[in-house]
Amino acid sequence: MDFIPSEEHAMIRRQVRQIAAGFDLDFWRDSDKHKRYPHEFFDAFAAAGWLGIAIPEAYGGSGLGIVEACILLQEICASGAGTSGAAPIHFSIFPPMPVVKHGTEEQKRAYLPKIADGTMKLGFSITEPDAGTDTTRITTRAIREGDHYIFNGKKIWSTNLQNADRTLILVRTTPYEEVERKTTGMSLFLMDLKSPGITIREIEKLGRHAVDSNELFMDNVKVPASDLIGEEGQGFYHLIAGLNPERLMVAAEAIGIGRAALDLAVKYANERIVFNRPIGKNQGIQFPLADAYSKLEVADLMVQKGAWLYDQGMPCGAEANMAKLRAGADAFEACDAALQTLGGMGYAKEYHVERLWREIRLYKIAPVSQEMCLNYIGEHVLKLPKSY
Amino acid sequence: MKIAVLMKRVPDTASVLKITPDNKSVDMANLKFVMSPYDEHAIEEALKIREAGKATEVIVFTVGPEGSQETIRTALAMGADRAVFVKEDPSRFNSKGIAEMLAAAVKTEGPELVFAGKQAVDDDASQVPERVAELLDLPHASIVTKFELNGRAATVEREIEGGSYTVEVPLPALFTMQKGINTPRYPTLPNIMKAKKKEIKEFSLADLGLDAAKLVSGLEVSGMSLPRANRLNKILDGDSTERVKKLLTILREEEKVL
Ligand SMILES: Cc1cc2nc3c(=O)[nH]c(=O)nc-3n(C[C@H](O)[C@H](O)[C@H](O)COP(=O)(O)OP(=O)(O)OC[C@H]3O[C@@H](n4cnc5c(N)ncnc54)[C@H](O)[C@@H]3O)c2cc1C
Repeated sequence: MDFIPSEEHAMIRRQVRQIAAGFDLDFWRDSDKHKRYPHEFFDAFAAAGWLGIAIPEAYGGSGLGIVEACILLQEICASGAGTSGAAPIHFSIFPPMPVVKHGTEEQKRAYLPKIADGTMKLGFSITEPDAGTDTTRITTRAIREGDHYIFNGKKIWSTNLQNADRTLILVRTTPYEEVERKTTGMSLFLMDLKSPGITIREIEKLGRHAVDSNELFMDNVKVPASDLIGEEGQGFYHLIAGLNPERLMVAAEAIGIGRAALDLAVKYANERIVFNRPIGKNQGIQFPLADAYSKLEVADLMVQKGAWLYDQGMPCGAEANMAKLRAGADAFEACDAALQTLGGMGYAKEYHVERLWREIRLYKIAPVSQEMCLNYIGEHVLKLPKSY
Repeated sequence: MKIAVLMKRVPDTASVLKITPDNKSVDMANLKFVMSPYDEHAIEEALKIREAGKATEVIVFTVGPEGSQETIRTALAMGADRAVFVKEDPSRFNSKGIAEMLAAAVKTEGPELVFAGKQAVDDDASQVPERVAELLDLPHASIVTKFELNGRAATVEREIEGGSYTVEVPLPALFTMQKGINTPRYPTLPNIMKAKKKEIKEFSLADLGLDAAKLVSGLEVSGMSLPRANRLNKILDGDSTERVKKLLTILREEEKVL
C-alpha cells in the first residue's frame, strides 16, 4: 500500500489551487448574492484544459480518471468556491461520461472536443416532479417519427440550463406500463436546449444562487434520432454506470467545502477574544472542529478508495455510497460546527460560512439522498431485505 | 539555440516558518515547496523566446534534495523541454558551492542564454546567477524588466532606483529577471500530462567532477531569527482627518517606517 500522492496528483492539486485562488471569497459571496453565474471562473479552468480531465485524449481531453476528477473538484471547493464553483465544472465532467462510453464515433467527434474546451456547456435532466428517488417513474415521453423523436413532458431541478447548450436527458421511449422490467424502456439523449417547444424556468432555492436549477418543460420538441446516446431502451443502464463516479465526485466536493469552512472557523477561533482569551482555547469550540476534521479525513480515504476502484474497472458501489453518505453528513457537521464557532458572525454574509452552510445542505439530498445511500448499504452490502 | 534556466525550490511563500533549535537554519520538516517566484518569470521569458522561433530548447537546471522533482515537473509543465537535476542538499553549501555545481552542469549543455530569477525568495542572497556567469566567463545583466534578442546580442532594460537603463549584451550571456517582465503562465492540464514524459537528467557531484570539500566557502551562518511583531496598542482619537494625521506622524517620526 502506498499513501504518498504521486507527483502528478500533487501537481494537479497545486495547480487547481492556484487557479482557484484567483477568485476570492468576496467573488463567491457576490456571485451568490447577485445570482451571477461564474463565467470567468469557468473560462479560467477551460483555458487551462481542466474541463477535459476525464475525456479521452483522442477527443481533446486528458484521459485521466475519477481519482483526478475528485482532486480537481475537491480543491475547487476547498478554495471556498463551494458548489458555486464546483457545479459548472462538474457539469463538464459528469454528463459527457455516457457519451464517452456509449456514444457513436460521430457523436464523440461532434461533442467531446467542444465540451473539453468549454465551448459547449451541459446540463443533466433526470429528476421529474413525480420521479425523484424512483427514477423508473419518469413519464417524459419520446415517440419516434422518422429520423427524429417528439418529446413531451416535464423535468425538475435540471441544473445549469440557463447557460447550457445541451442537456443529457432521460426519457421514456416505452411507457412504464408497457415494459416487462421497469428499468427498461428509458433512453438517453443529448438534447439541444435551443429546440422550439422548450421552456426553462428557474427555481428559487436555499443556496448556490450563482448556479441555476430549473424546471424544464417540453411541448412537442423535435429531437433528431442522431442525438440518442447508446441503445434505445437501455438509457437507465447507460446512466447508472456513471452514478458511482458522480457520488464519489460529490463526496470529494463535500469534503472540500467542509475543509474550507473549518479553515475559516480555525482562523476565527484563534483571533476572536471573548472573556480575555481566544475562543479556540475552549474545548467546547475546539473539539467539534477537531471531530469534524477527523471525520472529513476518514471520508476522504473512502472517496480515494472508491475512485481508485472505479478507475481500475472494479466494482465500487459500496464505496461510492459509503463515501457519499459519510461526506454528506460529515461535511454538513463541519460547516455547522464552523458556523457555531463564529457565533453571530456565522450568520452574517460577510464571514462566508453561512454560504457554505447553505450550499453543503444540498449534498444530503442530491444527487442521491442519504436515505438511498443507507438503503444501498443495507440491501447490497449487509444483505438485508430490500426495504421499499 | 538553447536557453538554460536556473531554478530553485523554496518554501511556499505562504508557509509559516520555524527555526531549528540551534537557531542556525529553517526547519524544513513539514514545509511545502514551490518554485521561487522570480524563476517563474525566467522560465516564462525563455518559453516566449522559444515560441517566437528564436530558440530550440529550454532546459531547466536545479540543485536540490530528493523531492525537488515535483518542482522540476512544474517547470516542465509550464513548457520547458527537459531538466538537469544536480541531486545535492543545497543546505550543506552556500552560494559559492551551488554556483559551482550549476556552472558545471550548465557547461554540459553549452547554452547561448542563461536565465535566472533576480533572487531566490528564501535566502535572498542574489549571488548564485552572477557567480555562475563569472565561473563561465559570461557577461551578465541583472534585474531585467525587458528583454529583446537582436541577432547575436540582447538589448535589455535593467531596473535601477527610480528609473531604468538599457544595455546591450553580446551572447552567450546570463540575465536575471525581475517581476513585471512578463506574466508567468499556469501549467495547463495537457501540459502537466506531457511533463510526465519529459527527461530529467540527474547528476551527482562526482558526475560533474566536483569535490564537496572544495565547494564550501568561509561563510557560516551564526544565527537566525524571525521578525518580531510588537503591538503598540495605541488607540487614536479625533475625527478621521485628525486620526490619519496622527497615524502618519507616528509612522514617520516615531516608528520611522515611512
Ligand atoms: C439544488 C438541486 C440541484 C439538483 N440538480 C439536479 C440535476 O441537475 N439533475 C437532476 O436530474 N436532478 C437534480 N436534482 C434532483 C435531486 O437529484 C433529487 O432532488 C433527489 O434525487 C431526491 O429526489 P426528490 O427530490 O424527488 O425526493 P423524493 O424522491 O420525493 O424523496 C423525498 C424524501 O424521501 C426519502 N425517501 C424516498 N424513498 C425512500 C425510501 N424508500 N427509503 C427511505 N427514504 C426514502 C428521500 O431520501 C428524501 O429524503 C437537484 C436537486 C436540487 C435540490
